[in-house]
Amino acid sequence: MNGTGTAAGSAPGNGLAEAAGGRQHPASLLRRVLLQGKYEAITMLRNGEQLILAVVLPLLALVGLTVTPFLDGLGPSRVNVAVPGILALCAMSTAFTGQGIATGFDRRYGVLRFLSTTPLGRGGLIAGKVLSVLVVLCLQIVVVSAVAFALGWQPVAAGWLPGLVLLVLGAAAFTSLGLLVAGTVRPEATLAITNLLWILLGAMGGIVIPADRLPAAAQSIVHFLPSGALGESLRDAFLHGALNGGAALILVLWTAIAGAAAIRWFKWN
Amino acid sequence: MVRSPQSPVLSISGLVKDVGPLASLDGKMLRVVSDVSLIAGRGEVTALLGPNGAGKTTTLECAQGLQRRSGGTIKLLGEDPASAGADLRSRVGVMLQDGGLPPSAKPVPLLRHIAGLYANPWPVEDLVERLGIDTFSRTGVRRLSGGQKQRLALAAALVGRPEVLFLDEPSAGLDPQSRALVFDLISELRSSGMGIILTTHLMDDAQRLADYVYIIDGGRNVAEGTVQQLLQREPAVDSGADHVRTLVFEAQPGLDVSAVLPASIAVAETRAGSYSVTGALTPAHLAALAAWWEAMGIMPAAMSLQARSLEDVFLDISGKDIR
Repeated sequence: MNGTGTAAGSAPGNGLAEAAGGRQHPASLLRRVLLQGKYEAITMLRNGEQLILAVVLPLLALVGLTVTPFLDGLGPSRVNVAVPGILALCAMSTAFTGQGIATGFDRRYGVLRFLSTTPLGRGGLIAGKVLSVLVVLCLQIVVVSAVAFALGWQPVAAGWLPGLVLLVLGAAAFTSLGLLVAGTVRPEATLAITNLLWILLGAMGGIVIPADRLPAAAQSIVHFLPSGALGESLRDAFLHGALNGGAALILVLWTAIAGAAAIRWFKWN
Repeated sequence: MVRSPQSPVLSISGLVKDVGPLASLDGKMLRVVSDVSLIAGRGEVTALLGPNGAGKTTTLECAQGLQRRSGGTIKLLGEDPASAGADLRSRVGVMLQDGGLPPSAKPVPLLRHIAGLYANPWPVEDLVERLGIDTFSRTGVRRLSGGQKQRLALAAALVGRPEVLFLDEPSAGLDPQSRALVFDLISELRSSGMGIILTTHLMDDAQRLADYVYIIDGGRNVAEGTVQQLLQREPAVDSGADHVRTLVFEAQPGLDVSAVLPASIAVAETRAGSYSVTGALTPAHLAALAAWWEAMGIMPAAMSLQARSLEDVFLDISGKDIR
């Protein structure tokens, strides 16, 4: 309300009288979610460990896969096969490991409980987290793509639209999984689980190394993992310009199942 | 005793809260609050006093909408907090027992962020100055002292200019200076018409701040009244301690007060700089103490003499010590 706003502006030295006077209102829902998204994104980007996980390790993996012969014979060039998997790895870093660890410790320190008593509320808090993941993911896509182009990446132009949609679906699935872990176990366990799974799924989950280069036993299950589904479908998009509907469906299912489980079992304290 | 403040901000009636099922109870539920009722008014400080584990925090968290109650009714500013929206939350400030501040945050940016969630927040610069946060505005939360964290948590609870303020153990970890600052502000907020509800297990907090006290033990109300009313209760049993009085005073920490008084008088520094002198005090004891203060150049910041303390009242009611 303008009336109370003016009164506050004219007497900045005395906020006390105002406390008894005009009734407080929340900022708009959009503004609350945007503010929280911005705050969390900045917090993530200022955290050195998160930055290593989100940018440095994916770039090292990209360079590593480009100079070694692991991916030979799978496509027109090593870098073309490598980049989609690296983008998938970025989504897993930020949405699963990064957001999972941050949320786990926020829970430990009572930050989730405090913020849920403010106008932000629980819904706004989750929306802000999802937004921050998307913001950081966008920055990762820009940085990785820039380095990839310098290394000679030639994506199929028709792959961008399905590729970006799949990255959002992947981020949604990994965010749901990250929040499920963060909300149900101790933060130290969240740290261990999300880092371990990042390494395991990164190496053996079909994310950067295609399923047909993995041991036979792994091949059959990898397609049903969020890592395999996202890695495969991004390679289909950027190598062939195709939308892998089956993989997209698997990502949606992971989001739905992990999201429902998180809603059911997430402990705020 | 039925209480009807002019303008209640919070009323709780017959609150029940079960937690669990717990493996330690063979999968049964544990009842942590069995019957708590209270009313808190505008322009008043209402204290929930009781030992750790009495159910104070659980009661507060049900009122804040952080926990779902198992039974009873709660009205916060006329609404049920369990189904409250952003509108109600914008009118209520909460300071949690563990602070709820992200360790990596810096005080002023954090307060600015929280202020942005409200349409008409308290100007952050003003709040920062009032609570002395300007002296550590660039230090990360994880490196703040206990007192600094408490002041920041209080600022975070106040930045939305709430009509109702919840404080869970507000003096925990406060050094004497922070405590004076925080208590002065609480008194001032009360005068401005804010309804303040706090929990404490410290008798002197309640004695100094509260207009009305609810004593909670074992998940239920055991007594209530103004501090004066509670102190005037008849002792349940004649303890023979009619002549026992307690003198409480505040001065610089680390004084050896026992040196000037006979051994029959018990002296304790209950908190840094807060002394309690208990025994069959006579005018001669008070004169000796005053002469010592004069010789040492000590002027107490606060002083009170009581025939009984809330501690005694609690002991009468529950048959056990509050600590």
